[in-house]
Amino acid sequence: MILHPTVIANLLAAYTSSLMLVYAAYYGLQILRHWNIESGSELQLILERKTYLVSTVLSYVFGLQLLSLFLFVFTADSLRTLFVGAMCAAGTLNVNAFGYPTLVLKVVNFVTSGLWLVLNHADNQGYDYPLIKKKYLLLIVITPFIVLETLLETAYFLGMEPDVITSCCGSLFSGEKKAGLGSELASLPAIPTLWAFYLTVIITLISGLVFYFKNRGGYVYALLSFALFIIALIAIVSVISIYIYELPTHHCPFCIIMEDYSYIGYLLYVLLFGGVVAGSGIGIILPFRKIESLKHALGGFINKLALTSVLMYGAFTVIVTYRIIFSNLIM
Amino acid sequence: MNVWIEKQRYIIDFTISSLMRRKVKNIGLLVLYTLIVFILASTMFFTYAIKREAAFILEGSPEIVVQNLVAGRHDLLPVSYLEEIKSIRGVANVESRLWGYFYDSLVGANYTLMTPPQNQDSHKNQGKTTVVENDNGDPHANHEAHALFEYEGALLESGTLIIGNGVARMRGIGKDDYMPFMAADGQIMNMKIVGKLSSVSELVSSDLILMSEADLRKLFGISPDKVTDAIVTVRNPSEIQTVAGKIKKRIHSARPIIRDEILRTYSSIFNWRGGMMIVIFSAAVLAFVIFAWDKASGLSAGERQEIGILKAVGWETGDVIQMKFWEGAIVSLSAFLGGVILAYIHVFFTGSAIFEPALEGWSNLYPNFTLTPFINAEQLTTLFFLTVIPYTVATIVPTWRAATIDPDSAMRHTGG
Repeated sequence: MILHPTVIANLLAAYTSSLMLVYAAYYGLQILRHWNIESGSELQLILERKTYLVSTVLSYVFGLQLLSLFLFVFTADSLRTLFVGAMCAAGTLNVNAFGYPTLVLKVVNFVTSGLWLVLNHADNQGYDYPLIKKKYLLLIVITPFIVLETLLETAYFLGMEPDVITSCCGSLFSGEKKAGLGSELASLPAIPTLWAFYLTVIITLISGLVFYFKNRGGYVYALLSFALFIIALIAIVSVISIYIYELPTHHCPFCIIMEDYSYIGYLLYVLLFGGVVAGSGIGIILPFRKIESLKHALGGFINKLALTSVLMYGAFTVIVTYRIIFSNLIM
Repeated sequence: MNVWIEKQRYIIDFTISSLMRRKVKNIGLLVLYTLIVFILASTMFFTYAIKREAAFILEGSPEIVVQNLVAGRHDLLPVSYLEEIKSIRGVANVESRLWGYFYDSLVGANYTLMTPPQNQDSHKNQGKTTVVENDNGDPHANHEAHALFEYEGALLESGTLIIGNGVARMRGIGKDDYMPFMAADGQIMNMKIVGKLSSVSELVSSDLILMSEADLRKLFGISPDKVTDAIVTVRNPSEIQTVAGKIKKRIHSARPIIRDEILRTYSSIFNWRGGMMIVIFSAAVLAFVIFAWDKASGLSAGERQEIGILKAVGWETGDVIQMKFWEGAIVSLSAFLGGVILAYIHVFFTGSAIFEPALEGWSNLYPNFTLTPFINAEQLTTLFFLTVIPYTVATIVPTWRAATIDPDSAMRHTGG
């Protein structure tokens, strides 16, 4: 256990959001079981009021989720000095078996939370809570993952043992035994990945524009934007990072958020995460376009999502291309 | 988009005027909130700054220190080991060091006694500086070497001393005064002070006394074939681990300590101290959270009526929640900025008068030093998480309760 202020902040955020979410899920369950918009019973009135509480709570929780994703990586990065062989967050996350699973869950939870917010916003457009059951079903699905994330994060931070001087000879030999703690990540061949990345970008952007102007192929775009998200993450590890570091052997996806690279990673990841939430969100709410009370409001919202997503992915590609062209690394 | 921004602007306008109407209640909350942020921020700024200071000082320390262990305790190192270490491939230089602690019963403090670094012999009359190499981007760095401690011009020969500022302050002595020591064999050695160490880095040199090798051996009764420990310079930084491993293999009783390990250990200690303080202060944060909850849920009659009227004239529950959100944001932001600014002044201008004894460690000889101001995004984010988030969470449920008041019941209760 490392009693570092930032670690305490991480755990505080994790437990706060888990508790709030469990609280919200409890009411979500009640809503799923007893919701009846036709009824004027006291229970229904209470539930209608509770929906305001639950959506306020969840907006906070999901905002917190976004912040804590970055805080987590940031913490891992700043703890690197405590471990032999850890050069950045990649090494620190490897200190025990819980680091990477926590990170993966954080990313997954961030995306699903974003999708929930999209659904929530769509629901608020209609006067008769048209999507309420689907919304709370999704909430109940998300909750266990966030609780699991909190548990993994706790295990990760509790299991950390810094390599400090021991009474016999310093931590020299504990260092030797952890020789595999390097920060190098396995990666795909650079140039083919780069081609795959640009090809996906082009197809996705075209499909997004087609959907925006002609209103066709929404599901295709939702799928493509999710695929682009995954491919872009892979591309960051295998090729984009090496252009930013100008070092053909350095594949780390975390060092780009450090000061040395003018925090460009934050911009890239925010664009990427924003792009996937807005893009895939279209796929979530498209089926509800036909609902009577949502007919008018939803079209504009879906268009806005499509535009946001296309712009974010576009900006991501422009920045990445700029860094690749003006990089001193030539391959 | 513009409509949305306009709407938020009107809500914020309304919120601020409504906050101003209840000055006393809100100022009370704001003061407490600022105080909480101030305490936590001071703790964090102080630990981070001192951690940086320690790292900066240790940059100049030797790559490997080799100690000799006897029965698991630090013992004197036989001079013959030095040759053994020198024969290891990759070692650039080995120097022996002689130092020790001396308890001065007069003032009840421990001094650190040391001989000046060895290569002084080659240019004895030129005064000696120990040089710290700087990193680029270090706020300390002026892109020029900076001395850890220096005593320009003073000539150190047998029977003379150079003392640190802390020692000088405590004993009220200075250059050309005499300072008596009782040697290991009971003899009194009266030494003349020929200089003072500069105050560039008092954290290191406050309790330091430099004396010649012969004097130090006589004072502590150390035989000529022993030294306190040895420092090893390694040419290639990536070989430090290997060299340290080889030293341990060749000399079984040796305890090589690498600079990085010292850095890591210091860093853990300061993290731990900072974390400990925050855990202690978490009781205060908790008290504050309860206070905030209470304030937010105990709506006055006037506030109930206000919300009732707002809803009667057409505000929706969502709008009232938004208003309350902005209220929380305004209070939090003011308190956060106020607390952070106050803490900055406290730590970097007043020398953290409140926390210094707890965080710095225990000693009779306090160094006087000013910390270099150092704040980064990590500290501010952490602070934000530790203060604003608990407050926000505490106010969600009361906010919702206030926002779902029925207009008629609210007005009926108070309208009379």
